[in-house]
Amino acid sequence: METSPESNATPVLERLLPDQPAVLGPGHTMGTVTDKITAIVLRRPMTLGWLGGFVIAFTMLNMLVLAVGYLFFKGVGIWGINIPVGWGFAIINFVWWVGIGHAGTLISAILLLLKQNWRNSINRFAEAMTLFAVACAGMFPLIHTGRPWLAYWLFPYPSSMGVWPQFRSPLVWDVFAVSTYATISALFWFIGLIPDLATFRDQAKNPWTKRIYGLLSMGWRGSARHWKRYESAYLLLAGLATPLVLSVHTVVSFDFAIAIVPGWHTTIFPPYFVAGAIYSGFAMVLVLAIPIRKFYGVEDMITLRHLDNSAKVMLATGLIVAYGYSMEAFFAYYSGNFWERFMFLNRATGPMSWAYVLLILFNILIPQLLWFRKVRMSPPMLFMVSVVVLVGMWLERFVIVVVSLTRDFLPSSWGTYTATRWDYMTFLGTLGLFFTAMLLFVRVMPSITIFEMRTMLPESKVQEEVAAHD
Amino acid sequence: MWGCMRAVGQWMASYMAQIFHRSANTIAKASIIAAILLIGGLLWAGLELQRSPYYTYAGVARSQPVPFSHLHHVSGVGLDCRYCHTSVETSGFAGIPPTKTCMNCHSQIWTNAPMLAPVRESYRTGKSLIWTRVDNLPDFVYFDHSIHINKGIGCNTCHGPVDKMPLTYAYASMQMEWCLNCHRDPGKYLRPHRVKEDPKDPHTMDDQVFNMTYQQPTAEHPVVLPDGQSFTSQDALGAYLVKVKHVRSVRDITSCSTCHR
Repeated sequence: METSPESNATPVLERLLPDQPAVLGPGHTMGTVTDKITAIVLRRPMTLGWLGGFVIAFTMLNMLVLAVGYLFFKGVGIWGINIPVGWGFAIINFVWWVGIGHAGTLISAILLLLKQNWRNSINRFAEAMTLFAVACAGMFPLIHTGRPWLAYWLFPYPSSMGVWPQFRSPLVWDVFAVSTYATISALFWFIGLIPDLATFRDQAKNPWTKRIYGLLSMGWRGSARHWKRYESAYLLLAGLATPLVLSVHTVVSFDFAIAIVPGWHTTIFPPYFVAGAIYSGFAMVLVLAIPIRKFYGVEDMITLRHLDNSAKVMLATGLIVAYGYSMEAFFAYYSGNFWERFMFLNRATGPMSWAYVLLILFNILIPQLLWFRKVRMSPPMLFMVSVVVLVGMWLERFVIVVVSLTRDFLPSSWGTYTATRWDYMTFLGTLGLFFTAMLLFVRVMPSITIFEMRTMLPESKVQEEVAAHD
Repeated sequence: MWGCMRAVGQWMASYMAQIFHRSANTIAKASIIAAILLIGGLLWAGLELQRSPYYTYAGVARSQPVPFSHLHHVSGVGLDCRYCHTSVETSGFAGIPPTKTCMNCHSQIWTNAPMLAPVRESYRTGKSLIWTRVDNLPDFVYFDHSIHINKGIGCNTCHGPVDKMPLTYAYASMQMEWCLNCHRDPGKYLRPHRVKEDPKDPHTMDDQVFNMTYQQPTAEHPVVLPDGQSFTSQDALGAYLVKVKHVRSVRDITSCSTCHR
C-alpha cells in the first residue's frame, strides 16, 4: 500500500484551522484515556457536589411519585385541563421530552454514519440522555389517559374485546413511534456500552463490582471476532436509528397536524418539529456536557470543539425553527383564511401573547448570539443560551397545544387554561427523574466511550499504518 | 478502522481475567430463549386467564336462594321460556318471574317442600327472591333481548342448553369478542320463527327461536319453511333470513354506538 510521506512522521489525525480546538486534548495515550474515564466511576470518591445534586434530583423524583400517585387516586381532574383544553402540560411535556431525546440519536447514529469522529466523546452520555428523556416522555401519554392501568389497550394484542386499536389515528402511530424509539435507543446504548463495561470489569477491584460489570459486558473478550460482530451490530443499529431521528418527531407532529384545529392543521409541522427536536436536544446536550466536563475534569475530552460544533448545530436547527415560525405567520397572511389569520393574531396579541413573545425571544432572538465565536467558545454563555432554548422550546409546545385549543372556530367554545400545582409538580418531577437517572449514569457507567476515544489517539493510527505494511 | 480495532482488542485482551466459568456462555445464550419463552408464555397465560371461567364465570353454576332447575322445568315439565321470561319478545330485559309465577303451580304441588320455603316466605311477605345473575353485562353495554328474538336468534344460541341445566350457569363468556363473533357475520345463527309443520315432530309447531332442540340445516336434516322452501346449509338459510328479516348491515351492527350508547 502506498503511504503518504507524513505517515512515518507524527501522525496527523485531523487538520485544524488556526485557533481551532482539537477534539482530544494533547498528551493522551490509550492508558491515560482508559484511566481517566474509568477513574470517574471506579476510583473517584463520592463528592459533596454529586451528592447534593442527587439529593435535589431525587427529591424532585419523589415529588413526581407523589403527583402521579395522587393522579392515579383522583384522576386527571387534578390537572388544569378542561374542555376546550383537554391537552395541557402532559402533552407539552411529552413533546418536549421526546424532542430532547432526538439529539442523542442524531449524535450517535447519523454522525456515526457520516464519520464525524468528534461525536465519539459525547455520544455515550447523549444516548443516555435520549433514553432517560424518552422514559420521561413515555410516561405522559400513559398517565394522561385517565385510566392509566388500561394503557396497554393502546397496543395491538389479541384482546377479548375483539377489536384492534384505531390504526387510522395518529395517536396509535405515536405508540409505535415512541416504543420503537425507546427500544432502539436502549439497544443502541447498551450494545455501545459493552466493550467499555468489559474495561470496567477488568479495572474494577471490588469482586462484586467486577461481577456486575462482568455480567453486563456479556462475556466480552475483545477478540477480533467480537469486534467484527460488534461493528456490524452497531452499524446496523445506527442504520435503524437514523430514520427514527426524522420519523419519531414527524409522527409526534401528526398528533397535531392531522387534527383540524387552527394552529395544528399545517403541513409544515413535521420538518419544523424535527428541527425543533434537534434544537432542544443539542441544548440539553450542552446543559449536560458543560457541567460534566467541568466537574469531572474531562475538558480535554469534551473540548471546546464539541461545544462549538453543538452550538453550530443549534444555530442551524434554530434557524429552521425560525423559518417555521415565519412561515406560520406568512401562511396566516397569504392563505387569506380567516381562521388561520385569527389564530396568528391571537397568538401574537391575544390573552396568552406573553408566551408567544417569550418564545420568539428565547427561541429566535437570544440564540442569535451563537453567531459569535466568543459565545460558542464560552461554556458559561453557551450554558445559559442552552437553558434559554430549552425554556423556549417548552413554550413553543405550550403555544401550540394550549393557545390553539383555547381559541377554536366558535367563540362559544373558547376557554382558558391554568395549570395547577399538580401539573407543575409532575413536570418538575420528570426533571427529577431525568437528572436522577443522569447522575446515577455518570457514577456507574462510562459517560465517555473509552474505546472510541482510543481510536482517536495517534497511537491507534500508528498501529493501523504498521499493520498495513505487514 | 478494522486494523485499529484489532490492535485495541489485543491490547485489551492482555488485561482480561476470568470471572465466570465457561458455562456462563451457554447459560447466557439459553437465557435469551428462556426470556422469549417466559415473556411470551406470561402474555399468553394472561390472555388465556382473562378468557377463562375463572374470570368470566362461563360454565360455572352459581348458588341461588332456591336451587331452581331449568332441567326439570323445561325438559321435565315442558314449560316454554316465555312462561317465566315474559317480556323477552318485547323488551330489552327478558324478565325474571315474580314469586306469583312460581306459586301458580307451587300453591298446588310440593306445597310443603322444604326446598321451596324461601318461595313461600317471599309470597307471604311480598319481598322478592334475590336471585344471583348468571349472565351479567357491564353497565356500559346496551343490550336488547327483543331485537335478537325478533330477528331469529335462538335462546340457546347464547344461553346454551338451558334445558339440560340442573343449576343455571352462563353458557358464553359475554366478552366483546363473543358478541362481535356474531355481529360480524349475523347470518351465522339466524333461525326462521316458523318452519313447515310436521305432525310427527311437535317442536315444528312452535316458534323455533324458543325450540331447545332446533338444529341448523344440513343435507340430511334440511330446514323447510312454511312456504316449502328448503335449506340444506346455514350459509344459505342465514343469507336468506338476513334479507327477509331486514337485518341491518354488518357496518351498522358493529359500529361502536350500537352497543355503547
